[in-house]
Amino acid sequence: MAGITFDHVTKRFGKVTAVRDLSLEIADQEFLVFLGPSGCGKSTALRMIAGLEDPTEGTISIGDEVVNEVEPRDRDVAMVFQTYALYPHMTVRRNIEFPLKSRKVPPDERARLVADAAQTLGLGDLLDRKPAQLSGGQRQRVALARAIVRRPQAFLMDEPLSNLDAKLRVQTRADLIELQDRLKTTVVYVTHDQVEAMTMGHRIAIIADGALQQVGPPQEVYERPANLFVAGFIGTPPMNIIQARVVRDGDALAVSLPGARVPLPRALGEAVGARGFDEIAVGVRPEHLLLAADGFVPATVTVVESLGHERNIACRLDDGTLIITRQDMDTPRPAVGESVRLTTEPQYLHVFDAHSGNRVDAT
Amino acid sequence: MSADHTGLVGALAPGFAHFLVAVAALLVTSIGLAVVGWRARPALAHVARTINRYVLLGVLSLIVLFPIYITVVNSLLPADKIAARPPTLFPTHLLAGGYSQAWTQGHVSSYLFNSFVVTFFIVAGQLVTSICAAYAFAFLDFPLKRTIFVVFLATMMVPFEVVFFTNLQTVVSMGHLPVIGHFLGLDTYGALVVPFLATGFGAFLVRQAFLSLPRDLRDAAELDGYGHLRFMWRVAVPLARPTIAALALFSFFDAWNQYLWPLVVTDHYRTVQVGLRQLSRVSLDQINVTFAGTVLAAVPLLILLLVFQKQLVRGLTAGAVKG
Amino acid sequence: MTAVATPPRRRRRRFRRRTRDMLLGYALVLPSLLVFGTFIFYPFVKNFWLGLYRTPPFPNLPRSWVGLSQYRDVLTSQLFTNSFKVTVEFVALTVPVGITLGLLLAVLAHQRLRGITIFRTIFSSTVVTSVAVASLISLTLLNPQIGLLNYWLGRSGSLSPLDDPKWALVAVAGVTIWQNLGLSFIIMSAGLQAVPDELLEAARTDGAGTWSRFRNVTLPMLSPTLFFATIVGSILAFHSFGQIDLLTQGGPENHTNVLVYAIYRTVFQENNNGKAAVLAIALFAITMVLTLVQLRFLERRVSYER
Repeated sequence: MAGITFDHVTKRFGKVTAVRDLSLEIADQEFLVFLGPSGCGKSTALRMIAGLEDPTEGTISIGDEVVNEVEPRDRDVAMVFQTYALYPHMTVRRNIEFPLKSRKVPPDERARLVADAAQTLGLGDLLDRKPAQLSGGQRQRVALARAIVRRPQAFLMDEPLSNLDAKLRVQTRADLIELQDRLKTTVVYVTHDQVEAMTMGHRIAIIADGALQQVGPPQEVYERPANLFVAGFIGTPPMNIIQARVVRDGDALAVSLPGARVPLPRALGEAVGARGFDEIAVGVRPEHLLLAADGFVPATVTVVESLGHERNIACRLDDGTLIITRQDMDTPRPAVGESVRLTTEPQYLHVFDAHSGNRVDAT
Repeated sequence: MSADHTGLVGALAPGFAHFLVAVAALLVTSIGLAVVGWRARPALAHVARTINRYVLLGVLSLIVLFPIYITVVNSLLPADKIAARPPTLFPTHLLAGGYSQAWTQGHVSSYLFNSFVVTFFIVAGQLVTSICAAYAFAFLDFPLKRTIFVVFLATMMVPFEVVFFTNLQTVVSMGHLPVIGHFLGLDTYGALVVPFLATGFGAFLVRQAFLSLPRDLRDAAELDGYGHLRFMWRVAVPLARPTIAALALFSFFDAWNQYLWPLVVTDHYRTVQVGLRQLSRVSLDQINVTFAGTVLAAVPLLILLLVFQKQLVRGLTAGAVKG
Repeated sequence: MTAVATPPRRRRRRFRRRTRDMLLGYALVLPSLLVFGTFIFYPFVKNFWLGLYRTPPFPNLPRSWVGLSQYRDVLTSQLFTNSFKVTVEFVALTVPVGITLGLLLAVLAHQRLRGITIFRTIFSSTVVTSVAVASLISLTLLNPQIGLLNYWLGRSGSLSPLDDPKWALVAVAGVTIWQNLGLSFIIMSAGLQAVPDELLEAARTDGAGTWSRFRNVTLPMLSPTLFFATIVGSILAFHSFGQIDLLTQGGPENHTNVLVYAIYRTVFQENNNGKAAVLAIALFAITMVLTLVQLRFLERRVSYER
């Protein structure tokens, strides 16, 4: 069993840089999710672990060994592809067996391992069918069986759930978590779906434009996003972010928002002042915004969406900026067009440098 | 130039004239039936139209098949009967001697053998080189790949008839070389086979088939422990089997039917097509042997057509029809 | 977790993946390229070079460099102009008729009748006839002594069509058409299959009759196939050799001396390689023109259809 380490890995395809100076340590038995929008380089990073792509710079290690020069088949990792990549002309049994045959595993042991894998994934009855005769969910399980059959050190999964319908996706998510728990293997999982990332990963590594934005447990990434990108990417509905100027309000710093000045909490204000930022971005998550008569920021309610268990309320600030807030059903429901005031608690205020996008923390 | 009969048709031979009249009558009747039926009840019209169609198809079939039929008949008649007038269209006394004569003294058995050997090696060679080249084009990357592919395509534009006699010179000079000369010189199997071991068309066709395979399959196989060659053998080729089968059939036909090159290059190891040339020069009293040999020469392809009709059509129409 | 019984081997690669793939790629195309180089490109280039030398009447004398004048001489010679004319006539005789007949048979065999597959097999049966087989089969009709055609047409005693300068080319063309009927039928049938039924049904509901449907729906949809068959058929017809060699040997009086046969004769009877080379290049040029026409049309067609 082994962890996986990226050490200043860069990957260029001609003029395009797909992965930029990625350094990351994945612990043994960890379930790490690479999360990011399409084309951000997460699949490339995954393929580099597998050996399907070679890094242009930097090293990748599996366990203690640098594997840059090691063949994919010798790296002891298995991959589950988005399209499953099952061999259409072979039966399920032979598909699962395939990785073992090339490694010269003797026939009876092969049969045992195949039966084991098939049983783990509930494929016992389907062993003699061909992929074309299976449903999407069944095919995915065959792909998984093929991956686990040789008990690799790590599983690499490239958006394995994206071809399943919504209901099956939820079920399979739970199955995958349970599977990893049982097999106690390192998993590197690539997805663009933040729900999958939040529910499945021990840690999430968010990647945009080839660069690692932040890595940490889901809750941490949610509560303390490291930059504007992460802040806006994680969370549905997304965090409200407003660009604003920093102004002096007496001896403390405040943020100038449309229609109000919001004082910064003391420590945060000091940090902002110390860095000399004059333009910042302020973010608050919808569920942390309250409609209160004594709130700071005036707004007008434009849309009220009731989702049954909660309500999404869209408001416009004085300068037209759209803000989304979320409330429970027991809070009084505002009327469309009503003038309200928005407020939040200081600990839910996120401040980012407007130029670099990085989070500003109270020191 | 004959002075009296410059026209094509003189007085028609009696039997033939009768036949033409019969066919015309049949056609007219069936068309008439259809027209009449059209005015009468619809059910009758439908039947009449169907009869009409069958008659038309039947007549055309007879016309298409007739030459083959008469060849078979002639192969089973003694020579004097063949030349007799009026001709025997429905023979009662069959003489199979022509076939055994063709087979032995006519050398048809060795001609067929040579054709099989040569065709087999050409087809095998073309399949191997096409699959290999197609794999390189579809799954590998190397400098000048596109240029080389264009070169492959360009070979389809140079017909063999244009280069046959310069190739002959090459073969002759190869025949003078110490070791290779034994296999590649004039009048050898090698000379018949080697120039055709590769085909741009085949590489193109198989490349299409390989390109239509899902890309992930190669990656999955790599992780499963399969290098390129094993992937080619265990995954790519089985999945491209219909196309490869069609190519094999197409190559078989092409190689089997070659005429100019075997004629020019061999004297001893004649293939069946060139062998027929010999057979056509027999004296008139042996003409039944010629026809017997012709029938024998056509049999292998006929069997192929009957067994592999679908793949054959696929191979022959590759590229002809869109979609 | 237990690992698989055989421990994983960690091999260091000698070359990077890209280098290895590259070498393998070259290795896989090399055999084909060798064959092409030796038997297609080299002889092709050699043709041009041969055409520049005049071959002496006796093999012992050296060749003399004449440059392009031989090209000019041969291309303006009676031999070439006659051959070219004969070949063009031959193509004009065989290709349109062959395609039309193939189309006719395909249309007739495209309907849903009981037992239609028998007819389809019959119509495609000539695909098993090679040039040699078809030519010998045609002897049953065309042979001077035993051919039935003359007898039926009431011409017993006069020239067989193969010996008649007026009709020799037509006769050989007829043999060729019959020989290609099977292939033509198969290609046209495939083309007909590709016409979507919905279009025809739509036309029928719009009130179009059988002929109108054929003319306005089927024929346009078939036109790429027709075009392809015409061009490829023409290219193949330009290269005809076997039937000439077996039936008329270029005669009578060079009325069937198609280009390839002329080349053949020049090489084997006249032993004049220089001249033959020029003729071969002329043949190639014609083929190129036809091929380019086809490629140009293909490009336009593809974009048109989108």
